[in-house]
Amino acid sequence: MKSLEELNAIRDKMADLVGFRSEEKGVERKACQYERQVLVCAGTGCTSSGSVKIAAALEEEIEKAGLKDKVCVIKTGCHGLCALGPVMIIYPEAAFYSKMELEHVPEIVAEHLVKGNVVTKYLYKETVTDEGIISMHETPFYKKQYRVALRNCGVINPENIEEYIARDGYQALNKVLTTMTQKEVVDCVMASGLRGRGGGGFPTGKKWLFAMGGEPGTQKYVCCNADEGDPGAFMDRSVLEGDPHVVLEAMAIAGYVIGADQGYIYVRAEYPIAVQRLEIAIRQAEEYGMLGDNIFGTGFSFRIGLRLGAGAFVCGEETALMTSIEGNRGEPRPRPPFPAVKGLFAAPTILNNVETYANIPQIILRGADWFSAMGTEKSPGTKVFALGGKVNNVGLVEIPMGTTLREIVEEIGGGIPNGKKFKAAQTGGPSGGCIPASNFDVQIDYDNLIAIGSMMGSGGLIVLDEDDCMVDIAKFFLEFTVDESCGKCTPCRIGTRRLLEMLTKITEGKAELADLDKIKELCYHMKSSSLCALGQTASNPVLSTMKFFEDEYIAHVVDKKCPAGVCKSLLHYEIDEEKCIGCTLCAKNCPVGAITGEKKKPHTIDTSKCIKCGVCASKCKKSAIVKK
Amino acid sequence: MAQKATVPFTGTKEQEGELLKVIAELKDTKGALMPIMQKAQDIYGYLPIEVQKIISDNTGIPLEKIYGVATFYAQFALQPKGKFRISVCLGTACYVKGSGKIYEKLQEVLNLKEGECTPDGKFSLESCRCVGACGLAPVMMINDDVHGRLVPDDVEKILAQYN
Repeated sequence: MKSLEELNAIRDKMADLVGFRSEEKGVERKACQYERQVLVCAGTGCTSSGSVKIAAALEEEIEKAGLKDKVCVIKTGCHGLCALGPVMIIYPEAAFYSKMELEHVPEIVAEHLVKGNVVTKYLYKETVTDEGIISMHETPFYKKQYRVALRNCGVINPENIEEYIARDGYQALNKVLTTMTQKEVVDCVMASGLRGRGGGGFPTGKKWLFAMGGEPGTQKYVCCNADEGDPGAFMDRSVLEGDPHVVLEAMAIAGYVIGADQGYIYVRAEYPIAVQRLEIAIRQAEEYGMLGDNIFGTGFSFRIGLRLGAGAFVCGEETALMTSIEGNRGEPRPRPPFPAVKGLFAAPTILNNVETYANIPQIILRGADWFSAMGTEKSPGTKVFALGGKVNNVGLVEIPMGTTLREIVEEIGGGIPNGKKFKAAQTGGPSGGCIPASNFDVQIDYDNLIAIGSMMGSGGLIVLDEDDCMVDIAKFFLEFTVDESCGKCTPCRIGTRRLLEMLTKITEGKAELADLDKIKELCYHMKSSSLCALGQTASNPVLSTMKFFEDEYIAHVVDKKCPAGVCKSLLHYEIDEEKCIGCTLCAKNCPVGAITGEKKKPHTIDTSKCIKCGVCASKCKKSAIVKK
Repeated sequence: MAQKATVPFTGTKEQEGELLKVIAELKDTKGALMPIMQKAQDIYGYLPIEVQKIISDNTGIPLEKIYGVATFYAQFALQPKGKFRISVCLGTACYVKGSGKIYEKLQEVLNLKEGECTPDGKFSLESCRCVGACGLAPVMMINDDVHGRLVPDDVEKILAQYN
């Protein structure tokens, strides 16, 4: 393919097939070659809960029913509502089926696909109203969302480049190569105000500008950071699985701007589906001439290679990532020189995160003003969050910057399960901090989060409730950074370990008040003297929990109590004599024989023997065993 | 943290041939060492010193550098894995939903510590950080099967499915 005409021809050819799935209000759905389309989510979340088998069963039943020419099954990327997986949508009704089970398949095929009756009982319950079925986009989970980076996720078949082209794919690349100078492109990205979505929030346009210029013919590189390592974060994975071409297109645009002919995507090996879809996407892009030599006949050439990570968190740091692509231990390098000057293989390099790239083609096509009108003044656009932890609607959400935490947790997230109370949200993973209930109405953007001692991070947002101990959470993140510190610089290698030891002392009730001051001092030194962001931010989870939940630290240190009842050393189990009926179930199940008592009489626990495993409390039918 | 090899190396000529082919293919690409090591691990299942030597001899990359890379990344294993590789997610989302207890239960039932393999070569146990199935938390993987929404009492039932 060498021209815009050819690209447009494919887009027009596919327009009806893909347009059939439009959920846009007021836009009438045009007919396509199929009577119905079934879109099954094949992201990691739904695949884990069995969506691939569901898709196979659907195809089999459809064949049996003789509907093969009338109904097609499309495997898409993530729809976001992972907690209700496997999910699927049937068009034109836009019926959103959730928690699909294999046994439901024959009934849905017979009723919905053959007779045209939506099987309401299997639908996502929020889409079923008295007035009939509503689009999933009208449900509380989706209503406040606005999809830019995820616009194609769950809509197209990620393994078919033509479906991407139908959604204006590779139009931005064509526009850039045929009508814009490098300077115009970088000005547009700069004016959009797009900031790095990997967590740091550095202006993307500025980063590109630094790598421009230099001697003509200088070897340069464009890299994509897909080493999404924050535990609980899966935004980038969903983009790669649901819309891999958007990343390829954006990288080619970046290559044109800085004058690079080679790109690398560094992706976690733990994401096999993403890796496979990227491989397919790269191959198809090469076949269609969107990657390779002389793209669109403009003389611009660009290729992309995949590099798999091997399970080192530090490789998410830019210099460590490049060191790893070079085939070394992934240890960071001191900056300056910055990668824009001396990066991969010592050549000028730009590195952006997956989600950052996913915004680029839309910015080029719709303009900087369109983008900067969304979000807040200093953080324009949207942000994808992986919402997890103690929240009803676990999943992937994309919201305009400036949305409050309350809206995210209570409206989009559907609140906290079992009527528990919101305690804090953790953002930014091991580099971030906690947002306590008192800041529930803070507008989420880069600067606001830093102002309250957390950070945006790549987008993991874990909700904690009253049963979570904040000291334990801080300790959890420190265990992570101790494991993942690469060991190159001392403040991080030794600092994290000492910090973990002190936190452990607190959770075991062995700490004194003076230890809290020592912790603060150590955090300060780690922040100021570590080589890379891993060490510089490793103390954030500790500092922010100490700032907002000081009383909880004091309770551990002074009263030797864990208010949330998590830290084992600080709690013990007791049997309530009033409630105990002497059924002996607890004594039978106690692994260490710490419970004694006569049948039909209240039992007692020998605390010197008890290992606090909690088996007794979970077995007791009368809730007579209490944790204190 | 190098462990002593507890299982003798049993690589075959076929495996070596396959590895040499990979090396010949990738040798001249920039930064080829990691892709070669990843393919080598696919072929042998792990990266014992014998395999590292083959890579060194055929690429000219010093053995100490290869060993350095092998011990840096969590995914390179110097010990063989079990027939069934159990991997418990200790990512944040799973952790707050109690995956720590699942992990403890597995350690107890199998009498294994992190990274170890049962003497019969059947089960090996490791923890991992987020497989991305946070909607199913807490989660463990056995080879490619995902088991989600676990409680400690599920562990023995699930292990019994693997023979």
